[in-house]
Amino acid sequence: MSRTLRLARVLLSVQYAYMLEYRAEIALWALSGLLPLIMLALWSGADAAADLSLSPAELTRYFLAAFVVRQFTVVWVIHIFEEDALQGRLSPYLLQPLHPFWRYLAAHIAEQATRVPFVLAIVLAVWLFGAGASGWPPPSTWLLGLLVTHLAFLLRFLLQSVITMACFWSERAAALDRLLLIPYLFLSGLVAPLEAFPPGLRRLAAATPFPSMVDFPARLLSGGEVDLLGGLATLAAWMALLLPLYLMLWRAGLRRYAAMGA
Amino acid sequence: MAIIRARGLGKSFRVADKQPGLGGTLRHFFARRLKDIPAVRDVSFTIESGEVVGFLGANGAGKTTTLKMLTGLIEPSAGEVEVAGFRPFRRQAAFLRTITLVMGQKQQLIWDLPPLDSLRVNAAVYGIGDADARRRIDELAEMLELGEELRRPVRKLSLGQRMKAELLAALLHRPSVLFLDEPTLGLDVNAQVRVREFLADYNRRTGATVLLTSHYMGDITALCQRVLLIHQGQLFYDGSLQELTQQLAPYREVCCDLGAVYPPEAFRGFGELESVAGHRVRLLVSRDQLTGTISRLLSTFPVLDLEVNDPPVEEIIGRLFREGAVA
Repeated sequence: MSRTLRLARVLLSVQYAYMLEYRAEIALWALSGLLPLIMLALWSGADAAADLSLSPAELTRYFLAAFVVRQFTVVWVIHIFEEDALQGRLSPYLLQPLHPFWRYLAAHIAEQATRVPFVLAIVLAVWLFGAGASGWPPPSTWLLGLLVTHLAFLLRFLLQSVITMACFWSERAAALDRLLLIPYLFLSGLVAPLEAFPPGLRRLAAATPFPSMVDFPARLLSGGEVDLLGGLATLAAWMALLLPLYLMLWRAGLRRYAAMGA
Repeated sequence: MAIIRARGLGKSFRVADKQPGLGGTLRHFFARRLKDIPAVRDVSFTIESGEVVGFLGANGAGKTTTLKMLTGLIEPSAGEVEVAGFRPFRRQAAFLRTITLVMGQKQQLIWDLPPLDSLRVNAAVYGIGDADARRRIDELAEMLELGEELRRPVRKLSLGQRMKAELLAALLHRPSVLFLDEPTLGLDVNAQVRVREFLADYNRRTGATVLLTSHYMGDITALCQRVLLIHQGQLFYDGSLQELTQQLAPYREVCCDLGAVYPPEAFRGFGELESVAGHRVRLLVSRDQLTGTISRLLSTFPVLDLEVNDPPVEEIIGRLFREGAVA
């Protein structure tokens, strides 16, 4: 156990040091994730909050929470894995007694840590200048919300890892991830809270893992009404489905791996 | 005791077969044709524990593909391979702790951080305690003559310093089987010599088995008593380096500095003319005619200086393949 903890500590600290080398880039990434705040401005400006059956304060809280969730659920494993596979950097990883999955996971968590100051600054700015951001939920709700946000990140990481396995069959598998971007944007709750969707669309979204990635943690963070156990069960069910699928594709993919560029 | 066994080892790669031009591109887009290209065919050999073996061959001969199969990076299409009692492609943790692969043109060190950070990660991955890792790093750094370089970002290091740091990272877990693919590629002569000396020292100290590919024959001649020669995916020779040069090069190189410049025709009958550059002439002379040819050269030309050498091994191999001796 202590060996595993030491490995986690070293991986995270070294990855954090590596990510800090790119702090300017990370600031830009953080700014590029402002979509929920843009959506907040759109919905507020058009008196549309009423259409969403939300008060202006609830709307602000939801989109601010969605912004936080979005910042901590950004996943780019497919891009780095594709590059590593093409450039031959995957080969040294495969020859060490540590599944490359853990390296990529550590890199993502380290990158999240570097985002914290930017996220805090933006949240504070919206808090101070945003109308109706008063009445925040208690810290216990925040803590639970952040925990669920990280579970949502794990689900997104796992989903993209499954798609990443296409890199063993195609040299340009990252394009597949772009296919998922549209359903992710619309069905996750990034552009509007899912409870504001028509019933048919809501049922469609519920059949996908996307609401678990934004809507559920964002509603929890913003103090909205959620079915906590149902949401957690949905998250767990998707992960239970994706993990064996990932492992199966990993094993099959390795048989096709040609160690190009190595 | 044999630590590496390969029997009937083969690997084919499926590649796209596309004709050039727009027509070929369109046909390829709508009906992709693939074909199997054999990279390694029916290769068999064993390597004893503690041996240092050179793996020779031209570009694309199948050296790196064989190394990838021996390390478990790729699955063989045919045959069997066993390294330290393990099937490499299963990549069991115990196997991965036994081996290392160093690729001269690739790196495992994190580019933007000092090598010490990558070494910390490696130590944690292999379960080496902090104190033990420090001791090992100090020992290897001393052998490799590395000091402050370990604290500088990898991107700021010279190629030679980077290669030495790569070797340190690859050997931190004290592997007993080393696969080295072009470990001195791109290094200057001094750095090449230092890396060779380090590898020889490491082999002496630890008794590790080494399989080494290199384009620099200096690496092979300095480190290996035995060589495997591969050509077009097939093993062509397995034996001592000395025997290879004796069997396949029954001639010696004679270099003369002359007191005057002569046309190439003047050297007809003095063996095979390799080159004439001003006053300097290089000839390949059959070993059994060496004494007679040298006497005639001394009596015919104003010879200022004369050297007799074994021709470089890369030249021997190059000649073999050019002359189709291995077809």
